Amino acid sequence: MSFDQFEREVATQDPSLEDWNGLPPIVAAEPDSWSSGLIAREIAKVPVPSTQPMPGTSLGSGSPATLAATDVSAWFGSRKVLQRCSLRMEARQVTALIGPSGCGKSTFLRILNRMHEVIRVAKVAGSVELDGVDIYGRELSVTQVRMRIGMVFQKPNPFPAMSIRENVLAGLKLSGTKSTDRDALVEECLTRAGLWTEVKDRLNEGGMSLSGGQQQRLCIARSLAVRPRVLLMDEPCSALDPISTRVVEETIQQIADDITIVIVTHNMQQAQRVSHQCAFFLVEEQGVPGRIVEAGATDHLFNQPSDERTLAYVTGRFG
Amino acid sequence: MTSADISSGEVLTDEASGAVPTMLRGPATARKGPRRRRRVHSVTSEVVADIQDSDDDDSPRSVGRTTSAVVVEYTLATLTAVNLVVALRMLLDWGGLLSFVVLFLVSFICFHYALVRQSSTKELAADRMTTTLIWVIGALVVASLMWIFGFVALKGVKQLRPGFLVRDMRTAGPNTPGGGVLHSMVGSFEQVGIAAAFAIPVSILTAVYLHELEGRMARAIRFIVEGLAGLPSIVAGLLIFSIWPRYAGIHAAEALAILMIPTVTRTSEEILRTVPDSLREAALALGAPQWRVVTRVVLPTAKSGLLTASILGIARAIGETAPVLLTAFDSKFMNKNPLKEPQSSLPTFAYGNIRTQSVLQNDRAWAAALLLLLFVLVLFTMARWIGARGAKRLGRN
Amino acid sequence: MVAPPVGFSDDPSNDIPIRPADNPTVGDRIFRVICVASASVALVIIAATAIFLLNKSRPALAKTGVWHFFTASVWNAAVGDFGVLGLVIGTITIATIALIVAVPLAVGMALFVNEYAPPRIGRTLTAVIDLLAAVPSLIFGMWGYFAFKNHLIPVSRWISDHLVAIPFFRLSNATGKPDFTGSSMIAGLVVGMMIVPIITSVSRDVMARVPREQCEGALALGGSRWAMIRDVILPYGKSGVVGATMLGFGRALGETVAVALVLQNISYQANPHIVQHGAGSIAANIFLRFGEASPLELSALVASGVALMALTFTVGFAARRVVARTTRFS
Repeated sequence: MSFDQFEREVATQDPSLEDWNGLPPIVAAEPDSWSSGLIAREIAKVPVPSTQPMPGTSLGSGSPATLAATDVSAWFGSRKVLQRCSLRMEARQVTALIGPSGCGKSTFLRILNRMHEVIRVAKVAGSVELDGVDIYGRELSVTQVRMRIGMVFQKPNPFPAMSIRENVLAGLKLSGTKSTDRDALVEECLTRAGLWTEVKDRLNEGGMSLSGGQQQRLCIARSLAVRPRVLLMDEPCSALDPISTRVVEETIQQIADDITIVIVTHNMQQAQRVSHQCAFFLVEEQGVPGRIVEAGATDHLFNQPSDERTLAYVTGRFG
Repeated sequence: MTSADISSGEVLTDEASGAVPTMLRGPATARKGPRRRRRVHSVTSEVVADIQDSDDDDSPRSVGRTTSAVVVEYTLATLTAVNLVVALRMLLDWGGLLSFVVLFLVSFICFHYALVRQSSTKELAADRMTTTLIWVIGALVVASLMWIFGFVALKGVKQLRPGFLVRDMRTAGPNTPGGGVLHSMVGSFEQVGIAAAFAIPVSILTAVYLHELEGRMARAIRFIVEGLAGLPSIVAGLLIFSIWPRYAGIHAAEALAILMIPTVTRTSEEILRTVPDSLREAALALGAPQWRVVTRVVLPTAKSGLLTASILGIARAIGETAPVLLTAFDSKFMNKNPLKEPQSSLPTFAYGNIRTQSVLQNDRAWAAALLLLLFVLVLFTMARWIGARGAKRLGRN
Repeated sequence: MVAPPVGFSDDPSNDIPIRPADNPTVGDRIFRVICVASASVALVIIAATAIFLLNKSRPALAKTGVWHFFTASVWNAAVGDFGVLGLVIGTITIATIALIVAVPLAVGMALFVNEYAPPRIGRTLTAVIDLLAAVPSLIFGMWGYFAFKNHLIPVSRWISDHLVAIPFFRLSNATGKPDFTGSSMIAGLVVGMMIVPIITSVSRDVMARVPREQCEGALALGGSRWAMIRDVILPYGKSGVVGATMLGFGRALGETVAVALVLQNISYQANPHIVQHGAGSIAANIFLRFGEASPLELSALVASGVALMALTFTVGFAARRVVARTTRFS
């Protein structure tokens, strides 16, 4: 369905939405405190007292952190792909970013740990704060940001030149971090990623010898080993079979207590299963940057969304 | 096949196909249009018959084997061509094996085309003709390659004895036997070794600059590197001699390095391109600074490819004659010091000895050439082996 | 205006890209310096080539005059009279003959290895061809002089007897027994044999990258194997073959030892009789004259080297243009 059609359809359904194209839709304050606008804003302003993160130094040093994006816009060259998106991703919560393809979810995610700027022509505006510290500012270097905010990619990408064990420890090696008890760390991370029992006898085999689902869990374990405070997942299950998907989802639920998780997904059921809160991204018409149309508690977004377009999307009427 | 052998006259006659030389059976394995379709039709009825009356015979049927018609075409064309060539040879009075082969092939291809053209489409006839042509080209190239290898091996093995490998030419002369290539091998290893020790790291780092860092000068550098790849080897020798007009092994190494850098850089860049971007992103997302991404992830992943590229670069350098002769010249004696005095190397040794009229000297040249060929062969086999191992590992990607 | 913390805002103020703080680590800085230094080596080489070769060639060019040097066909070291036109023509002649022989053989061989030969033989041959591309030209030259030449002389004689109609194959009017050694044709054929593996190796590689589905698509339409090659593989591999040909041409132009061995001595006049003795090439001339050259002649040799380099660079960049253009449309 084209956006014109969609627009018309929505308009006929709800006359009050006729002028949504001109004005930002007012997103209703959710009962849930995390998205409650002004409060969240206040929280974002006040630096949250947090233990100084020292990733990877000892077990359990990383604690979940709140990630707050404010007025984030993004460009590829001169093409604007994101329009002033703001979102708070609360600690100990799983946030799902949903929306049709090409609406900027992945771009938004990559902005959250400065992977966006890896692309040469990419530009970004706005600010992203990790417990009140601007990740685009001078306090943290790019590498420090990425160590605190890990990322799991769509396609499993273990390092082919390393063994399973080396893959798990790759983050430490790559960031030059010293670690005392590597064996314990390997076991702990693989256990948390739900892979330990399957690979404990062949830790020295190549990472590429695993199946796709195992590879993805290895990548999760690899991200966990640097003790990130936030873990970003870009459609982690889209290349996996249903069984592997379930295992990965279980893993997500297990680690959510310790790590703030932001997950991009195309799968509505998955968003419902794993996330506590959701943000719905949408490109309203061709050539216009993507925006966050609505964000809120997952239950709320799926059952009684404030926006008609959200309703249309989550009920599978387009996308 | 019980009911099989059968159903139509045009299906496979095993005796006939056995009589056809393997070379000519090639085209029959082709996927060829009209013929095959006809046969498929007959297969259907056979299969039905099989299901009905026999279930113990389940051997795969051979598809697209030579049919008798094809055999007849080939035989007829061969015979006609032979006749014509014999007649032509009488008329033209031009002897020699070569003329016979050439004339035979030309007339064979023409007759064969005409024959096939009579019974089937132009398309099929063209297919047959090109098939023959390409097999002929294949045989021709393979034969010349074997000729080259065989000739060098045959000529070289005469002098290639253990003593040849451990002596220099101090006491031996054009007519006094003995002598050897030790001094040349030492020279070659030193020159190529120094060249490789400089050129390979520089090339790989240049490739890293071009592909990983994508620095500001990247386009200009890439342009220059491509230009340098076309630099004639003798010009590299001239350049070094223009800068340092005296003979020494180190100068030969410099000239060889100039020749190695562009080739190794270009292949290395190609290989870095095969490392998936997802690995770089994964490493960056773990908080790695770029230099660690390159040294810990990109280069190890590309290791075998880079090694292959380097070995092939060395293999090319070891056989270079002209630039080495212009910069290190040649020597009869062992000179272990690459920093001064002329130094011999395998190619210059071979060239110097092949230019003389002495049979003994020529034999020494052939032995050196064979040795050179063996070194290239060893290096090449090494490169392929390493490359294949690396491909296997990345192949599971 | 306070932007809503959740959702998006249309407020256009302040929506300009930020400059992310970028403080590369010490390691990154050092690494970058090392890479830049390595990449600069290529710059140094090209600069050195320009400076030293041009400088060195100045005396000879000053003596003979640039125009004379590039338009005359003479090499008289005793009086210091040099002109490279004949050598340039000889170089191009030899390389062209090499290409005429090598390209059909190489393309046919590439098709043979990829499409016609049984897979196992094809794989083996691929390795052998790649190996041959690395065989030193000296070995081709030695084989050419001691083995190939003797078989080509009767062919040359036959050609000059029977193909008189074609001007190139005629003999010059010189009296005496015609000498068929050291001709452009023999040198060209030897160089041709040398570049067959080079061209085969590159074109085979390109042809092997034709998506298999396209080939099967052509066959599924009822096309013969030749139709598949003609309509799918050759168009796809065209730019690769052109690139490989140009690479081979560059090699043939710069080939030194093989030509020097086969020719034995250099003719400075352009010789249109390609089956007859008397041919020359710049590279072989440098190689053969280098040892006994006086400073002035050395300068002339360097100048001819510059001419050769200009020739190969022109060919190289023309090839790049051609390949770039053909790939754009395919």
